[in-house]
Amino acid sequence: MSLRLQARNLACERDDRWLFRGLDLDIRAGEIVRVEGPNGSGKTTLLKILSGQLADYEGELSWGGRPMREARESFLANLLYLGHSPGVKAALTPLENLAWYQALAGQPGGEAARFAALEEVGLAGFEDVPAAQLSAGQQRRVALARLALTPRLLWVLDEPFTAIDRDGVAALEQRLVGHARAGGGVLVTTHHGLTPCAELRRIRLGGGAHDGGI
Amino acid sequence: MWAFINKLRSPKWFYTLSARLQPWFWAAALILIVTGTIWGLAFAPADYQQGDSFRIIYVHVPAAFLAQSIFVSLAVTGLVFMVWKIKIADMAATVMAPLGAAMTFIALFSGAVWGVPTWGTWWMWDARLTSMLILLFLYLGVIALRGAFASRDSASRAASVLAMVGVINIPIIKYSVDWWYTLHQPATFTITGRAAMPAEMWLPLLIMVLGFYSFFIALTLMRTRSEILRRESNKRWVRELAEEAH
Amino acid sequence: MAASEGALPKEVAVVHEEPRGGLAVAVWATLKRDLVLLLRRRSEVLNPLVFFAIVITLFPIGISPDPALLAAIAPGLLWVAALLAALLSLDSLFRADYDDGSLEQLLLTPQPLALLALAKVAVHWLLTGLPLALMAPVLGIMLALPAGSYLVLAVSLALGSASLSLIGAIGAALTVGLARGGVLLSLLVLPLYIPVLIFGAGAVQAAIFGDGVLAHLAILGALLALALILAPLAIAASLRISING
Repeated sequence: MSLRLQARNLACERDDRWLFRGLDLDIRAGEIVRVEGPNGSGKTTLLKILSGQLADYEGELSWGGRPMREARESFLANLLYLGHSPGVKAALTPLENLAWYQALAGQPGGEAARFAALEEVGLAGFEDVPAAQLSAGQQRRVALARLALTPRLLWVLDEPFTAIDRDGVAALEQRLVGHARAGGGVLVTTHHGLTPCAELRRIRLGGGAHDGGI
Repeated sequence: MWAFINKLRSPKWFYTLSARLQPWFWAAALILIVTGTIWGLAFAPADYQQGDSFRIIYVHVPAAFLAQSIFVSLAVTGLVFMVWKIKIADMAATVMAPLGAAMTFIALFSGAVWGVPTWGTWWMWDARLTSMLILLFLYLGVIALRGAFASRDSASRAASVLAMVGVINIPIIKYSVDWWYTLHQPATFTITGRAAMPAEMWLPLLIMVLGFYSFFIALTLMRTRSEILRRESNKRWVRELAEEAH
Repeated sequence: MAASEGALPKEVAVVHEEPRGGLAVAVWATLKRDLVLLLRRRSEVLNPLVFFAIVITLFPIGISPDPALLAAIAPGLLWVAALLAALLSLDSLFRADYDDGSLEQLLLTPQPLALLALAKVAVHWLLTGLPLALMAPVLGIMLALPAGSYLVLAVSLALGSASLSLIGAIGAALTVGLARGGVLLSLLVLPLYIPVLIFGAGAVQAAIFGDGVLAHLAILGALLALALILAPLAIAASLRISING
């Protein structure tokens, strides 16, 4: 079995307003799917639905061919979601932050893995500095270190480039492409223009329903 | 069962059905309450201890019954809304909560008025009145929570959870208040002490209780209908309805 | 790009089974993390205790310094003041996690959210309810609490405050998404606290009058057992609602 997240005829109504409806979507191994749309078009809501956080939708959602409601546990075990807020505790050091995430992911936590992950996002030397003393971009990098720390098949990233400097953006883009090439899947929203590549596909929200067509 | 649940999903179906049911409940409420009031106030015998002041039970007891039943209904509609995502249930819960709070207030107020001839004071920490007061706070909590959310969907869910938590707690609160009361006030006179009541006293009471329930159902149907129109105002069937009316 | 391709992860593959035993690790890590967080912001641990002491000071000043009068109302005063102090710290139980996004991550673990939330509540009790219970006898002396009821005071508070933390956490979870949830939280939670207050203060009074202590404590224990079973589910459901507020 390889990665396959499917949505059929997906619709979401929030407070009597359709954010989107009739949305068909397929995410397979080796793909980077970028969700586009103006502010308020429901990008974040779509990502929350597709990452299993919001059960408040109509339509079918399936993971590996099984309905999401049945496959939820296996889905969550393969998912890495990074939201708007980095989820980094200011009072803890980057190492401590990652240790908690490691434990939540059920990984037998090795400190070496944490050091390596932090080095990969350019935080070598900051491992023991309380996150409160780091810049916004550095805090975001702590969150991004989880991409390397926790090997998960499907990445769902909501505005991951926020507050990241230019070098960091380039490295993250490469990381996304690398993940797709290694057989993973990426679902991403960003205001930042992604460099076009073979793996990239776009879905547009807002201004009526659109097919995610391949 | 499933067919019924699926029908409940359609606000339009409920709107048509409730239009047919509503007049019956209004009529029942009117007849029962008028009969009960006249019977209770004019024909039922006076209490041998309290005299005529006992007659306030014809308002106090039905209001207190209803106050508790409505909270249970809030929890049931909350559960139905959470499990089956039936919006009608939530609309009903929205309109029932203030009604329940009003009934609780009526029960409290009539209890206080009753206290004047009975205890010589407007307020006693009587077990029933204390439980009623706590129930009023529970109602106010549900109403305040619903009002605090910007998103109505979240507000509905949060209010449903709180109503369910509350309904589990109501019996616990009731028992603990009774326990507390017996510890602190060794057997003074309680206003609704269950001395055997003769039939000519409890029959009008029963009629009043039924009348209050009919009134509650009729009012809930009516207010749910306007809530449906308010929430579904952008749906086609409501617009067609509005055009017909013009 | 070439530079990083060497460092690419190996093929990623679908994980079929959740690693078993992960739950204990996750719960333990959450306990440890919350303990560390609270101990680093010590004022948050101390504030409820100071509040408790100040409120108790207000009563003799506001009512009368007469020891006989104070002794009569001491059990109730101590219990009410401790209850309010515990309530004070509840608002921050999930708020920090909500603000920085880690609550969202907590909801996305394959582990049962109810148990992870229970770990957080346990930390809250350990650093709020338990210290309040240990401190209460000292304040009892100041209120001329009759001898022989001090141990019962501490035990009833330790037992009862655990229920208070659990019930209060439901309110905290329901209001965490609201900008100013603090007062609302008290409104939601205080009516639900009444049974605990009745049996908690009742236990102390029973100790003074010399009978029925065990019955009161047993009922407090039963309330705690019920809260332990039901509250985590309500907390989890409420957190899921709030995260989408």
